[in-house]
Amino acid sequence: MATSSNDSPALLDIAEVSKSFGSVEVLRSVSLKVAKGEVVTVIGPSGSGKTTLLRCVNFLESYDSGSIRIDGKEVGFRDGGARQRRSERDLAGMRAETGMVFQGFNLFPHLTAAGNIMLGLTKVRGKSKGEARSIAEHWLGRVGLAHKADSLPAELSGGQQQRVGIARAVAMEPKILLLDEITSALDPELVGEVLAVVKSLAEDGMTMVMVTHEMAFARDASSRIVFMADGGVSAVGPPKEVLAAETTNERLRTFLARFRASQF
Amino acid sequence: MGYTLNFNLIWRHFDKLSGGLLLSLELALISIAIGIAIGLVLAVWYVSAGRIVRGVIAAYVEFIRNVPLILLVYLVFYGLPTVIDIAYSAQTSFVATLALYSGAYLVEVFRSGLEAVPRGQIDAGKAIGLTPWQRLLHVRLPTMMRITLPALSNTFISLFKDTSVASVISVPELTYGAQWINFNTFRIVEVYLVVTAMYLVTGYALLFALRLVERWYRTAR
Repeated sequence: MATSSNDSPALLDIAEVSKSFGSVEVLRSVSLKVAKGEVVTVIGPSGSGKTTLLRCVNFLESYDSGSIRIDGKEVGFRDGGARQRRSERDLAGMRAETGMVFQGFNLFPHLTAAGNIMLGLTKVRGKSKGEARSIAEHWLGRVGLAHKADSLPAELSGGQQQRVGIARAVAMEPKILLLDEITSALDPELVGEVLAVVKSLAEDGMTMVMVTHEMAFARDASSRIVFMADGGVSAVGPPKEVLAAETTNERLRTFLARFRASQF
Repeated sequence: MGYTLNFNLIWRHFDKLSGGLLLSLELALISIAIGIAIGLVLAVWYVSAGRIVRGVIAAYVEFIRNVPLILLVYLVFYGLPTVIDIAYSAQTSFVATLALYSGAYLVEVFRSGLEAVPRGQIDAGKAIGLTPWQRLLHVRLPTMMRITLPALSNTFISLFKDTSVASVISVPELTYGAQWINFNTFRIVEVYLVVTAMYLVTGYALLFALRLVERWYRTAR
């Protein structure tokens, strides 16, 4: 069950990653492989380590042991035996290979929608202003915000801000897109517009790892679902298997029961 | 009360006041420019430094904040040249003092501004692959600026008023001009009324202009 992604080599390879905050073990030997083009959704109760795991993938958080590789390259530590943290410059280069969308949007408030997208393109990808602008406009069009290119984040609704957040991440052409509870801070009526964008990216073949509480969306959009509990992977598999009502996994059943009661 | 106000002598020597006001503005402007540079460098250094550097910067800030400005002016103008072999004009000495003085206050302003930049914005900067230097330049400093601009305006207005202290070492700024007219005409009430009005109007105009700048900065794109 753990290696359901066929024979193609894993794009993302998380191997036995553990991490503690003080005496609290937030990740316990987590392993997960994600193949190119897969959409993997991580679900689980709060405090189960989902967000921490996601933040380890682009090394916003370090981890104590194990390894995380993207395309065979260790993300946070230097290649070779000794566990030595990469230089900040190297880390920046590695992080540019992944895109991340945040729960709180985290747009740069002093830059317009287009400016938010252009910053990485000009400073990290070395593109000219004009080139970056047309890429920004292309992606703003894709998320339905072509007319908001020159608006500041404060002038946009939450749903619009989050769509800019997605455009900012994908415009960098990352190998993997990480989505961290991207609809949790949104009013219910704005969730749909954001999920529609994610869905269209999935259809384009974008590799994604997302943490979400939108069970219906997870069921419809994911290739696989990972259920985390107490910092470990408790269940992995296709949505139909993991979300099945008759699962024997006690923790999963309790978790799902709560959602069924409230949502579907 | 048999005193009748007579402003004629004030207007006759008004060049002392108008020239003094210009010099006051110049002193404030140069001092805050240097002070901003000191404040920015030390604040950025402070937030990324270890205990020793932090201690040294904190000592500088606390020293300046707890010694009266007029004493600092005396120390730099009269004290320093007698201890070390150095010579400078009263004006240079005062600008240096006021720059160090404002720098200490601005370290605090900028430091708290930098620490108030939301964690999420820094994460977003990391996530798109910006290096620490790029994050400072393109994410942290612009956000810090928005947070600190009102405090910066207030500091500048205070500094403009503080230039009056330069009169104690005979720098011919506005208050010195007033003293000069006072000694030469004895129209004490008139001259200080006029000078008070000049400080008030200029200070208020500066504040108004700076609020416009703040508003422009918040909405600039």
